[in-house]
Amino acid sequence: MTALASPLSPAVPCGPEIRHERGQRAVFCGLTGIVWLHRKIQDAFFLVVGSRTCAHLIQSAAGVMIFAEPRFATAIIEERDLAGLADAHEELDRVVRRLLERRPDIKLLFLVGSCPSEVIKLDLGRAAARLSGSFAPDVRVLSYSGSGIETTFTQGEDACLAALVPDLPRSHDESLLVVGALADVVEDQFSRLFADLGIANVRFLPGRRAADRAPVGPNTRILLAQPFLTDTARALEDRGATRIPAPFPLGAEGTTLWLAAAARAFGISPARVAAVTEAGRARADRALAAHRAALVGRRVFFFPDSQLEVPLARFLSREMGADLIEVGTPYLHRTHLAEDLALLPDGTAVTEGQSLDDQLDRCRAARPDLTICGLGLANPLEAEDLATKWSIELLFTPIQGYEQAGDLAGLFTRPLARRARLEG
Amino acid sequence: MQLTLWTYEGPPHIGAMRVATAMHGLHYVLHAPQGDTYADLLFTMIERHGARPPVTYTTFQARDLGSDTAEIFKQAVAAAYDRFRPQAMIVGASCTAELLQDDPAGLSRALGLPIPVIPLELPAYQKKENWGASETFYRLVRALAGRPAETRAKACCNILGPTSLGFRHRDDLREVRGLLGDLGIAVNVVAPLGATPADLGRLGEAAFNVVLYPEVARTAAQWLERSHGQPFVETTPIGVKGTTAFIEAVAALAGLDPAPVLAREGSRLPWYSRSVDSTYLTGKRVFVFGDATHAVAAARVATREIGFSLVGLGTYAREFAREVRAEAAHHGIEALVTDDYLAVEAAIAAAQPELVLGTQMERHIAKRLGIPCAVISAPMHVQDVPARHSPQMGFEGANVLFDTFVHPLMMGLEEHLLAMFRDDPEFHDGVAPSHLGGRPREEAGTVVAPAPTTAATPVVWSIEAERELKKVPFFVRGKARHNTERFARERALPLITVETLYDAKAHFSR
Repeated sequence: MTALASPLSPAVPCGPEIRHERGQRAVFCGLTGIVWLHRKIQDAFFLVVGSRTCAHLIQSAAGVMIFAEPRFATAIIEERDLAGLADAHEELDRVVRRLLERRPDIKLLFLVGSCPSEVIKLDLGRAAARLSGSFAPDVRVLSYSGSGIETTFTQGEDACLAALVPDLPRSHDESLLVVGALADVVEDQFSRLFADLGIANVRFLPGRRAADRAPVGPNTRILLAQPFLTDTARALEDRGATRIPAPFPLGAEGTTLWLAAAARAFGISPARVAAVTEAGRARADRALAAHRAALVGRRVFFFPDSQLEVPLARFLSREMGADLIEVGTPYLHRTHLAEDLALLPDGTAVTEGQSLDDQLDRCRAARPDLTICGLGLANPLEAEDLATKWSIELLFTPIQGYEQAGDLAGLFTRPLARRARLEG
Repeated sequence: MQLTLWTYEGPPHIGAMRVATAMHGLHYVLHAPQGDTYADLLFTMIERHGARPPVTYTTFQARDLGSDTAEIFKQAVAAAYDRFRPQAMIVGASCTAELLQDDPAGLSRALGLPIPVIPLELPAYQKKENWGASETFYRLVRALAGRPAETRAKACCNILGPTSLGFRHRDDLREVRGLLGDLGIAVNVVAPLGATPADLGRLGEAAFNVVLYPEVARTAAQWLERSHGQPFVETTPIGVKGTTAFIEAVAALAGLDPAPVLAREGSRLPWYSRSVDSTYLTGKRVFVFGDATHAVAAARVATREIGFSLVGLGTYAREFAREVRAEAAHHGIEALVTDDYLAVEAAIAAAQPELVLGTQMERHIAKRLGIPCAVISAPMHVQDVPARHSPQMGFEGANVLFDTFVHPLMMGLEEHLLAMFRDDPEFHDGVAPSHLGGRPREEAGTVVAPAPTTAATPVVWSIEAERELKKVPFFVRGKARHNTERFARERALPLITVETLYDAKAHFSR
């Protein structure tokens, strides 16, 4: 699990005011990550071992009815599985066999644990090892948990990537590993920037295909591209890799600091960084300028959802001039987010955890100009005349790096621009 | 374990949410982990509700297991009562909490709240969404319905069944209210949609019940019949014939004459069906799949009111398999009762229909197979909650059905025309339409590979026979191909020749 119980980090002496809240949450579980992970790893299949609720969640949460035949499915646990009338492992083998017969293009199968599979203590790790044995070398089978009792929304990606780590080959070569699912186009942009900086051996986790496994070892430096990768980072550190502390690459400033941190770790001069990033920074500045007027002085409220809230708040506040009323986040990894937290205005109200109705009360009382929240809350808040941005779009849209900085700002200005049109 | 790519129904607690969200003054406390809160967006996004569903989730986590999940539940019930002050509450568990066996019924009883708190037992590993809606509504009615009134006006009924996230329930209700109003029948209570717990206490004031959706309201109506002596009408007012039968049935119970209402203009469907341009609809092969009420009604309208041939009928609702099997037998076919999306796909591919009437999932299957399709049943999609009034029921519903069933075929006709003229010099695949400048067309996107057909043995066409087939007018070519292949398969002919083509034609034209 996360480091949520850790005390306030001394690295943040007078930054934001962090408080913890407990109560009803309105967040997705980690299974939701399947929706973008299956697009990222193009020959992987995600088999949730869970209930009808799990199947319904994935189908509904993402509006995924647009995909004709998805690379994910649910093995629905039934009464006879629970009553012990059927051996759950035999049942699972049967389901996997049927699935792989139907989809010979699948090279990597994830068995994804759920709330019910965790509660009945179905050992998916053992099942994955057994199935890997029977389907190797054509298909590798791994397992992770996306259960709602253990993971919130983006933590599902963390669990998935952490499951990939033991499978990575070992190497003592010096390398940079960028960790966290990014859109292919963003990866390609970053690859070019790292090459221009002079960092030679750059790989990404997850790879685009199952066979694309980045080597890892004591001379690997990892650069997190997403702020929710607690377990993945720890697993890579356990294999000897070193994490490069950096803010996350959201906005022009975030991207520059992120690239600069990597460059510093590889002994590249600040002058080189400035030269390599100049064109990108200039383009991002131009793109952001077009959106700044719409966001400057706007009062923004974040409900906890994607764990991207802190770097997004940093971007909105420092680069777009927005005022932060409250920055809610489901979990706060104080170490991974130290650099972003340090850049938040002093006294920013950061809330870790959630008590939904209390938070809704605070939001209504504050009447923010823009509220960033989950899909379930967006229309009710709009009906109360509060402009919203639903946060799942921040996971589906390429938003990292210089070339996407304008798109990121656009996600926040669009709801405001739309209102202006309809009211005009 | 059941391998599931798509589900037609959610778990039973979603059915309970559909009832709770439809009502006012009722609150649902659901013992569930945090991920289960996704259900909110079904209502706020698909149905565009302007308020969160009246549901409090306990959102317990792994660290709570074994220690204090029961306490979390009790606190959630107490806090929900304090905040929302509902007239009544329902409490229960989702799939994960069911495994914990925390006893929501006992825990909430122990709180001694001053309102009715109705516990729900919704076995998540056996039952599904519609059953959950039905059970929830039944429990609410049982707990709250009060005593039967001593005197009841004969021409007064309740309307039972419409819920949140029901397929066109909002619009059907308006039509049915209108029909009852025209007949002079008063509507006492509509439930669950728009009702309060107090309204349920007045159910006994009506003389009879109208069940619009047996999936939701049959169990409650049967109980009211037994305990309150209220008969109920379950005739589905879908299609002109269905609506007529419904009017006759409710008029009989209310002791009124249906003739004046039936003498009015009603629907345009009968004339549109009889008009000459509808002749090309004759005998179109249609495959119907959905919930039982909508599937059976669509099959009847398609065959008796529009003149299609039914080549497949099925439902994902096992609880209503009997009704669907009976209707299928009527058409000389066997019903498909399954909630396995892959089985439905295989059945559609094998039946080679010219039109599919199904759910959003059959829409995908049909798209892949290149068959026109119209959506007639839940599961709900944002498209199924249109801004306009678009009922399935009543005479206006019949108008909607005519358009819904026929328009996809017109699109099909257009595509046939495109195919027919595609080699014309100004109109071939390599050129954009002339009204768009007729410049060379850019490379089209990749074509989706057709799903593997499940038809038994493949039949081979000789080049000559294939050429001859192309001379057959386009609008009957599909049928000619199908009949010839069937003829060849039945006789195990290795190759279809020109002779086979005409033998088959002679055989089927008898």
